[in-house]
Formats: sequence, C-alpha cells, structure tokens
Amino acid sequence: MTTHDEITPATGPDGPLDETLILPTGQVVTVPEGGESSSAGGMGRQILQVFVENRLAVIGLFVIVFFILFCFVGPAFYHTNQTNAEAALNATQNGRPSGSHLLGTDNTGFDLVGRLMFGGQASLIVGFASAAVATVIGVIYGAVAGYVGGWVDALMMRIVDVLLSVPVLFLLIALVTIYHASELLIILVIAFVSWLVPARLVRGETLSLRVREYVQAVRVMGGSNTRIVGRHIVPNAIGTIVVFATFQVADSILLLAALGFIGQGIPAPGTDWGTMLSDGVQSAALGYWWEIYPAGLCIVLVVIAFNFIGDALRDALEVRLQRR
Amino acid sequence: MIGFLIRRVIQSIIVILGVVFIVFLLGKLIPGGEAAAALGPRRSPAAVAHFNLVNGLDLPIYDQFWRYIWGLVSNLNLGYSFKNNEGVKELISQRLPKTLTLVGVSTVVALIVAIPLGILQVVRRYSVVDYSLTTASFLFYAMPPFFLGFLLILYFSFDAHLFPVSPPIGSTGTTIFTDPRAFVLPVITLSAITIASFSRYMRSSMMDALTQDYVRTARAKGASNNRVLYGHALRNALIPILTLIGLSLPAIASGALITETVFNYSGMGLLTVTAAINDDVPTVLGATLVITIFTVAGSLLADVLYAIADPRIRLGGST
Repeated sequence: MTTHDEITPATGPDGPLDETLILPTGQVVTVPEGGESSSAGGMGRQILQVFVENRLAVIGLFVIVFFILFCFVGPAFYHTNQTNAEAALNATQNGRPSGSHLLGTDNTGFDLVGRLMFGGQASLIVGFASAAVATVIGVIYGAVAGYVGGWVDALMMRIVDVLLSVPVLFLLIALVTIYHASELLIILVIAFVSWLVPARLVRGETLSLRVREYVQAVRVMGGSNTRIVGRHIVPNAIGTIVVFATFQVADSILLLAALGFIGQGIPAPGTDWGTMLSDGVQSAALGYWWEIYPAGLCIVLVVIAFNFIGDALRDALEVRLQRR
Repeated sequence: MIGFLIRRVIQSIIVILGVVFIVFLLGKLIPGGEAAAALGPRRSPAAVAHFNLVNGLDLPIYDQFWRYIWGLVSNLNLGYSFKNNEGVKELISQRLPKTLTLVGVSTVVALIVAIPLGILQVVRRYSVVDYSLTTASFLFYAMPPFFLGFLLILYFSFDAHLFPVSPPIGSTGTTIFTDPRAFVLPVITLSAITIASFSRYMRSSMMDALTQDYVRTARAKGASNNRVLYGHALRNALIPILTLIGLSLPAIASGALITETVFNYSGMGLLTVTAAINDDVPTVLGATLVITIFTVAGSLLADVLYAIADPRIRLGGST
C-alpha cells in the first residue's frame, strides 16, 4: 500500500491543476482553472513530454506491451497444449529446458512457456479488470460522498474506514471461502477490497473542487448535480484517478498471486502466475528451478513496470508545473 | 490531548462495531445460509430446520445481530467450527500469541533497519547509494512475499542449512523462543516489505523536513550539518513514523498471513488459510474479526504514542 500513501492529497495542495505556483526561480505562474474539459493540446503534449522524459516509465511501458503481446499474441505462434491435462500427463514431467520446451515442463507435464502465456492472460485480465472496477466504484462513491456532504458523507466514509481496517487478505479469503472462486468472481472480490482508497482520494478532491467558482457557475446556470459531478468534478480529479488505477493494476496482480499461493487462485485447468509459482515450490526444492523463477520474474517485472508508470504519471499529471 | 484521545477511542469503538457488523453480515451471505456451511451438501430440510431452530437462525436478523454481539461481549463467543468440532475461540486462543509475536518482532526489526536506511539515503541523497536503495525497495515491494519466503527457504535452509526448515513449535510466550534460529527467516520475510515502505517514507519525510523553515533557521544560526540533520530534521521526521506504523498494521497482518503459510508457522494466518481450504467459514470469519480488532487497537496505540511524542498535540488544544 506504500505507493498509494504518496498520492493521498494530505500534505500537498488539494486542487491538482489550478493553483498559483511560485517556481524556484521566483516566477509566478497562474494556471487557468479547469473548465468542462481540458482539450488544450498544449497541456496534453506537456504531460506526454514529462512522461517520455522519464526513462523508467518508458521502460515500464515497453515491459507491459511486451507481456501483453507475449501472453495474448504469443500462443498464436507458440502452440502448446494448456487445457488437456491427460495429454500433458503423458508428456515428460519436470522436463529440463530444451529445444522443444524452452523453459521445460512443470510437474503435470505442461510446457512452461505456454503456461506462462496462459497464466499471464489470467493475471493481466484480472489485474486490469479488477483495477477498472475498483476505480469506477471508488470514483462514484467518493464523488457522491464528497459532493453531497453532511451526514451522508460522514456515514459513507465511516463505512470506508471500517472496511479499510480489515487486513485485506483476510477479507479476500473470507469472500472467496464464502463464494467459491471463478475468474469473474476473483475480479469482483479483488475490486471489492480495492475501491476504498480511490473513494477516499476522490472524496478529498471533490470536497475542494465543489466550492470552486466554475462549479458554482454551473449551478447558477441550472446544471444538474449529475452534470456537475460527471462533467466538472470527476474530470478535474482525473489525474489522481489515473495514477491510482495504474498502481492498482500492480496491486491487483499481487493480490491474485497471493490468492494463487493459498490455493484460491484461478481454478484448474486454468492458472495464473501466482498459482504457477506456488505449484512449482515443491519441485524447486528438488532442483527444478525453471518451475518457479520464470513465473516469479514475470510477476516482479510487471508489478515494477506498473509502479514506474504510476510514478511517472504522478509527476506528469500532478506536480509537473513545479519543474517548469 | 485528553479530548484527542477520547475522540480517537470512540472512533476505534465505532470501527470495531462496524467490523463486527460486516463479519456478521458475511456469515449471513453464505449461499444456503450457515446451516449449509455446517451441515454440508447432503443436508436434509429437516436437519436444516432443526439447526436453524437450535442456533436461533430463524429469528429476525436484528435479533440475531443482537445475540451475536451479546455473545461476543459476554463470553467472547466467536462461533463454532463444525469442521474442527471446536469453538473458534479455542482455536484462536492458542494461535493469537504466535501471530502477535511474529508481527511485533518483525515490526521492530523493520524499524531498526528502515530508519537508518532512510537516513542514509538522505545523507547520501541523489548518489549511487540512494538510487540503489530505492531500486531495492521497488524490488521488494514488487516481489510477492511468499516468493521471497520460498527463496529464503531454498537457499538458507535447503542449500546452506543455516536455519531449520521447521517453524518455531512452542505456542506460549516463553517456549516460542526455544529455537530463535527458526524465527529468523519468517521475520526477514515479513519485515522485507515493511522495510521497503518504511525506508521510502523515512527518506521522503526527512527530505521534506529539510525544506522547512526551522531547518533554514538552524542553518542560518550556524548549526553544523550533522546537527541540522539529526537534531532538527530527524526528530521531526521520526514522529510521523508512528502514524505510519498504525496505518501499516493491516498490511503487516496480511503479510503475516502469507509468511505463516510459507513457513508453516501455526498462527492466525495459517489457521485462516487452512480453514479456507476446508470451507470452514466460521473459523475464517472469527479469525478475521479478531485480527482486525487487534489491528484497530494497534493503530489506536500508535496514535496515542503519537499524541504523547508530538508536543503540538501533547501540549496543544483538544483539536
């Protein structure tokens, strides 16, 4: 959860885009307040520039594109059997890496390169989908709480406090024990334990945005609450939302790996990187190193890549003006 | 300060009541109800009706909630594990001390390692040391803790025979340390992620302190670099660490669950994981409730210490 703490707008200025800033050089820069949408090409290009200048983020992006291609396009070129367990059992088990099996085979005879692609599909899909669901729920919840205010806000935020105080893996395990795991359910369950942080962040942003002049102007002109929240508040909090979502993909992949480790990951015959890693443990103790290191490396690389991108986005979207 | 403490205690009680309610609700959400969880798939309708009658599950939901809370408060009734044929309270009471020991020792170790690391990064900021430590913290953050645990077992227990593979066996406070070597790898595993996050926080917190007015004043008065670093920046950067510990406790508890499972260390986490595999919902929920109450209490304790350590709160108003 570390990375999230740093995007909590507790110490920094609450309004992300529209502040009068005094640069270290002494210049005073006034940034116009955000209107309905920020279609200014200049700002987009500026964001892109800061992002591209951050080498780690570009590397991260390449790593992720590579893994998406590897997992989803790879199987079209590298044909392996990943679903027929009987046929796999007739093949060599715990086979060393060789010409026909680049990373060897696992203890049930599946080819490990193919297995990485197959398991990676689940890990990436669960990562992206649960982060998306968590973000959408959190944004709506936080925006409503912050916008409505009063006792509704207090009640809604106490619910968030309560859920946040439950250690996430215990809650996750309780949910998968009650509702038995399938891929869709795992996505929803991970989203259910992950929407709390964006709810808090967006609520904080909303509190500061809803008293801005342009929001009052919309209200005076007769704009509905839905319009104010949907077209004016949420778009102006988009920086925080995007940064959160990026970090959440990494966290979701780690949560799925943890579920896989305790045997509640993607159910057989499917698999995911975490399940592969924990299935490989007994074998690794016998010297079959290829059954854990590739899967472990995939998780570490993808998670680091998303963290690099998240850091760069945070710089590009939120504090970019301090640099120029 | 008294006002702050009272508000904080009330807040914790509300959170715990909320958690109790959620755990109660989760129990009701089992498909088929609690009877299905207890009696298994081949239950007869008559047996279900009997079970519901005996356990008061045919009462209105608010009545059930009231009885649940009353059971909790009056004799710590956490439910009954039909899979183990034992009360959840009894199952937990043997394991809780072990988890508390693991979490406590690991958190202390994490602090002892992370604070100097963070200071080192600030003293040598923007140097090779700083960047390599940042890289290392990224790596540990990205590594699933169970993977780290496996690697440690693989290299230090199987290959080098430095540490025993079996976990500490004793379950009371005194017998648990009979073989301290068995503790080393679990503690390393659990503290690794915490060290990564604490040292990063320590670094940014001290860097932040260095830009404050009081640091500029100290420098202007001619204080030496060391005095500015340790006398002014460090002292101010250390206090927020207490809050960070409080905030990190749920994550540390989750880490303990994984660590216990990797090392077969029979604490609350392993109990929960085993219960989950056996479909033992009452045990999972009871353990979740207890571990959450302890995390909330731990966060409260951290905040109390914060209030004592920070003169702005200790001497200030009741805000």
